[in-house]
Amino acid sequence: MSIYLNKDSKVIVQGITGGEGTKHTALMLAAGTQVVGGVNARKAGTTVTHGDTTLPVYGTVKEAVAETGADVSIVFVPPAFTKDAVVEAIEAGLGLVVVITEGVPVQDTAEFWALAQSKVDADGKQVTRIIGPNCPGIITPGESLVGITPANITGKGGVGLVSKSGTLTYQMMFELRDLGFSTAIGIGGDPIVGTTHIDALAAFEADPETKAIVMIGEIGGDAEERAAEYIKAHVTKPVVGYVAGFTAPEGKTMGHAGAIVSGSAGTAQAKKEALEAAGVKVGKSPSETARLLREVYATL
Amino acid sequence: MDLFEYQARDLFEAHGVPVLAGIVAHTPEEAKAAAEKIGGVVVVKAQVKVGGRGKAGGVKVAKTPDEAHRYASDILGMDIKGHTVHTVMIAQGADIAEEYYFSVLLDRSNRNYLAMCSVEGGMDIEQLAVERPEALARVAVDPGVGIDQAKAQEIVETAGFAPELHEGVTATLLKLWDVFVKEDATLVEVNPLVKTGSGDILALDGKVTIDENAGFRHADHAALEDKESADPLEAKAKANDLNYVKLDGEVGIIGNGAGLVMSTLDVVAYAGESHGNVRPANFLDIGGGASAEVMAAGLDVILNDSQVKSVFVNVFGGITACDEVANGIVKALEILGDEANKPLVVRLDGNKVEEGRAILRGANHPLITLSDTMDEGADKAAELAYGK
Repeated sequence: MSIYLNKDSKVIVQGITGGEGTKHTALMLAAGTQVVGGVNARKAGTTVTHGDTTLPVYGTVKEAVAETGADVSIVFVPPAFTKDAVVEAIEAGLGLVVVITEGVPVQDTAEFWALAQSKVDADGKQVTRIIGPNCPGIITPGESLVGITPANITGKGGVGLVSKSGTLTYQMMFELRDLGFSTAIGIGGDPIVGTTHIDALAAFEADPETKAIVMIGEIGGDAEERAAEYIKAHVTKPVVGYVAGFTAPEGKTMGHAGAIVSGSAGTAQAKKEALEAAGVKVGKSPSETARLLREVYATL
Repeated sequence: MDLFEYQARDLFEAHGVPVLAGIVAHTPEEAKAAAEKIGGVVVVKAQVKVGGRGKAGGVKVAKTPDEAHRYASDILGMDIKGHTVHTVMIAQGADIAEEYYFSVLLDRSNRNYLAMCSVEGGMDIEQLAVERPEALARVAVDPGVGIDQAKAQEIVETAGFAPELHEGVTATLLKLWDVFVKEDATLVEVNPLVKTGSGDILALDGKVTIDENAGFRHADHAALEDKESADPLEAKAKANDLNYVKLDGEVGIIGNGAGLVMSTLDVVAYAGESHGNVRPANFLDIGGGASAEVMAAGLDVILNDSQVKSVFVNVFGGITACDEVANGIVKALEILGDEANKPLVVRLDGNKVEEGRAILRGANHPLITLSDTMDEGADKAAELAYGK
């Protein structure tokens, strides 16, 4: 088991012919991902080849889905075209859309998120889950990678990980490489993201393979505080937390568009306190966080 | 990016929001000339990106051009909460009958937009929100729809405007929505929005934050950047496309990925507690590539910071291979030559770490110390910074 993504997921790449799309399509195939095709309106009808695999390029997401049965898309198109690409994926009814692109205007994200929310199935459940934008994507080690996380850091195991940051995700997977991961998700550092800490926590709680959860946050917004409330009320599995940005000054954006302390809101200290109040052990550094996770893992 | 009031005023005017005349002045003479041009009573307003300027003496009513000259010479150069006043705006005086409040902003928590409006404007809105929350209408705005006529009507009704004001205020709200959406803003705030003695609605003071990610569709936004107040090192980094923030400390930091760099700052600050309380000197994310050129440009900025005593390079090789990063560091030191004169602690991990460490050991550069872990590297860099 895993969350959101497994070995049966069929993936199309929007922007498969671009620099990043080309590089990461090869890496995803090497990681075992079932990449079944790509989309580029200007190169429809052509193919791309990576090793023994030749993939068709379609003009539209709708066509790609009809031809391949894809249920997942990964978006590598530049910021100016990201909104249109995501809208197309939502309109095509894909179940999961992972938006890697960094630098998407937040109004564009707000618009495609509003559209995604409006498309629900007969049970009222949102059809399309979005991860990102500005994220490293998702990996279910040993099964599938839809993103840019290095697939060789670690393998399958019982730790579930959700993080705003890419390199901190890699760092934590590395620290806990002997334990292995059920699924690791980088939700992205933008002010609006499609999948939140809470979404991932709920999914990990329901996933029988996940035994313990690592949650990595950073300054800006109140997502960690809200996650803390959620953990207190709904999560029975052990959660270990880490928050980056204790030294960040007010009013300076730290790399991610969403990583900014505004007034008294969004500080690392407030997030740490909220998590600890919810019974989450919070590490001062990635290594201490890994040690805390190891301690709880040993008792399971 | 936060804009100055005069820049917000100009954007308002460009989108048809009713505003009064306002002219920017950098000297008392310019202020006097502006007051003469506008005529009548004017207000001399300090242009700073911080609240509370009125209380600090940064806003004065001038009845004559000579008074405008005098007040401008008082206000220019003034320090308001750490912000030096380089510019004043000479604004036409207003005949204010009533003051209101309006803003529309990105609502991160609810992943949509939020409009806030009150018939009690002019005062500190955060104070109003705490003391009398019922006086501040909060109306969610669907990003797929925006503020249309119906939404504007809902906002003015929820805020409790008198019926005779609905038409004028909704018309202004629709124009302010144009500013928000057409300029890719994350905040448009008007405080106060006023009714004049003759019943006109005017935006008297505005605050606008624009989304720098949307710069590709707003060529004119680059000109709004405040180059005068920018830190020289930050300006240099920006010219090299580096993601750099200057901080007050002794340990220069270079890393890859925003989260890992933020974490590195924290770990260095903790390590500094055992080494004379040295602090991280900067945030610098060199991103995924970490080529020799990017590494050299980054090191160049950091080594030009006279406060810096040591540098900690913390890279986790994900897609980037550590051997490339190691070669980048060695070549960067070659490019910089004698300019590289501070000790470098390097921690590499991840993809091709052994190859990367071997390259650095082979280079045997007198400035480079290798560390096996992030914690150890942070401690070493702090120790070196304190010892110097």
